[in-house]
Amino acid sequence: MSQTSPQPRLRLEPWNDPAAVPYIRLTDVGKSFGGQTAVDRVSLDIYKGEFFSLLGPSGCGKTTLLRMLAGFEQPDSGRIEIDGADMSAVPPYRRPVNMMFQSYALFPHMSVAQNIAFGLKQDRIRKQEIATRVEEMLALVRMEGLGGRRPHQLSGGQRQRVALARALVKRPKLLLLDEPLAALDKRLREHTQFELVSIQERLGITFVIVTHDQEEAMTVSTRMAVMDQGRIRQLGVPAEVYEFPASRFVAEFVGDVNIFEGRVVRSERDGTLIHAPAAGTHVFIDRGHDVAEGAACAVAFRPEKLGLALEPPAERAVNVIEGTVFDIGYLGDMSIYHVKAASGAMVRVALANRLRLVERPITWEDRVWISWAPGAGVVLLS
Amino acid sequence: MSARGGLSPFSVTALTLGFAFLYLPIVILVIFSFNESRLVTVWAGFSTRWYVALFQNQQIIDAAMVTLRVALLSSTLATILGTLAGLALARFARFRGRTLFTGMIYAPLVMPEVITGLSLLLLFVSLDWDRGYWTVTLAHATFSMAYVAVIVQSRLVGFDRSLEEAAMDLGAPPLKTFLVVTLPLIAPALLAGWLLAFTLSLDDLVIASFTSGPGATTLPMRIYSQVRLGVTPEINAVSTILIAIVAIGVSVATLTQKRQLVRRRREEALARRT
Repeated sequence: MSQTSPQPRLRLEPWNDPAAVPYIRLTDVGKSFGGQTAVDRVSLDIYKGEFFSLLGPSGCGKTTLLRMLAGFEQPDSGRIEIDGADMSAVPPYRRPVNMMFQSYALFPHMSVAQNIAFGLKQDRIRKQEIATRVEEMLALVRMEGLGGRRPHQLSGGQRQRVALARALVKRPKLLLLDEPLAALDKRLREHTQFELVSIQERLGITFVIVTHDQEEAMTVSTRMAVMDQGRIRQLGVPAEVYEFPASRFVAEFVGDVNIFEGRVVRSERDGTLIHAPAAGTHVFIDRGHDVAEGAACAVAFRPEKLGLALEPPAERAVNVIEGTVFDIGYLGDMSIYHVKAASGAMVRVALANRLRLVERPITWEDRVWISWAPGAGVVLLS
Repeated sequence: MSARGGLSPFSVTALTLGFAFLYLPIVILVIFSFNESRLVTVWAGFSTRWYVALFQNQQIIDAAMVTLRVALLSSTLATILGTLAGLALARFARFRGRTLFTGMIYAPLVMPEVITGLSLLLLFVSLDWDRGYWTVTLAHATFSMAYVAVIVQSRLVGFDRSLEEAAMDLGAPPLKTFLVVTLPLIAPALLAGWLLAFTLSLDDLVIASFTSGPGATTLPMRIYSQVRLGVTPEINAVSTILIAIVAIGVSVATLTQKRQLVRRRREEALARRT
């Protein structure tokens, strides 16, 4: 950091800083259950203060990875380090790590305050201090005055907040969250996501969250790892993963996408031309890719990056698909147009409904032209 | 037949017959315990003289005390052993011989009592132990721990393991976790198991006959030996007292449980609304 140009707002991007030391370090961590590989030699660095997401379908190994960080599972191979200390021989009750469980796991025979105090009691902290810290936590999660309630006397959202308070009260070096919002309804979930982020930023504790909800992962995380079959398929900041998926799996798992098989026609330093017979068009992408001419590949388009018009675009032969509107999904804020291309492929186009939609400019059975900018497509090699 | 709460002649008859079948013998026993006459089958007017006589019958009082002591100790022993067995059954991941172990825990439930009693008798004889209070207690603990194990195991099957993981995650070592989280949560099953073991011990005749010795005659043994000489109204009185104790115990337990359930439901409904 140079002293001459003080930055008003510093972005936290330690992963771009070669001098930064990872706070949590997984090296070649593997785990299998009865011959089934759950986690396949994963190496991963997480930095202090990050809100890191492990995203993937169920059974991809993300929960096993989290449980190994908590100490509930022992890795078969590899090393886990937290703040420089090797965790392999450390049992869960001695790790500087706390976890928020998917079921919340609130002790039903204890009050809210007793639940939050539980962790502090294990450390033999003085009663007075325990009481103060419990109050602090209740205030942090906006549950003041509810300390005397039993878990069954709380609503789902309140239980979630108590579980969070209980996991945070010991000020762990690392907080693990296992699908923390899965049990909440959509509106409350979205609200709570922002609340989680604000609490995390205020406390500066490193969070690792496991989720199968890609919107949740993109909303909350500094970086995310997309997992499949025990491996990390892609790691990056949410925008990078969304805009430049490295594989067909990531493209399809994160967000909605149209994918067409094709063959590289021309591969240059600042542009790639692909023939995609399924879409009935040539696709030009204004970036160079390390592919040989004639190689098989796939191109992916996010539906919101495509445009739709009733007229063919002027003098263009590439990046255009002609078709008819097959179906329209009206979502309120936007509409999803299913367009049947001349080649028979179905293309999804998402358009924001900027004007009040009483009369659609484009409707069923209309003859339309889909077009996009050269930067919209992504080449997928795997 | 009306489907909604109406009492059809059929259901009334079925109900009456069923309950009569179950409770007529007991009602007759209770009525005759208040009979003035010494003859059990002839009603000669209301009296509580047999209850008075009962409390002067040292033999019966002694037998009742033996039964009570045996039941208290054996059910406690059975609860401890049965809980450990139930934990092992529910918790240990598949180990070699698990099915065999499970079967062996369940076997005493279906084993004829005569065989259990006989084998225990042979064991005590070959160990050259004097039969008496301790042998009955051990025998009762042996056969009733299987019942406790089954009850505890079924409670643990529905137990959320993440509660224990949460306790450990918050810094409680395994033993502490068991004591402050697992044990309080399975306590109702332990209590139910203890009560079952207690009542099993209370009314056992067969196994006690095999394993008891001089000076350790239990109440069922005493009643049985007296009945062989003819049923006396005194025995009716003892039985009535036993019935009363059991009935009061069961009603109190059921009512408390029902009250708690209703209150919990109401609180949960209230929590959902806020």
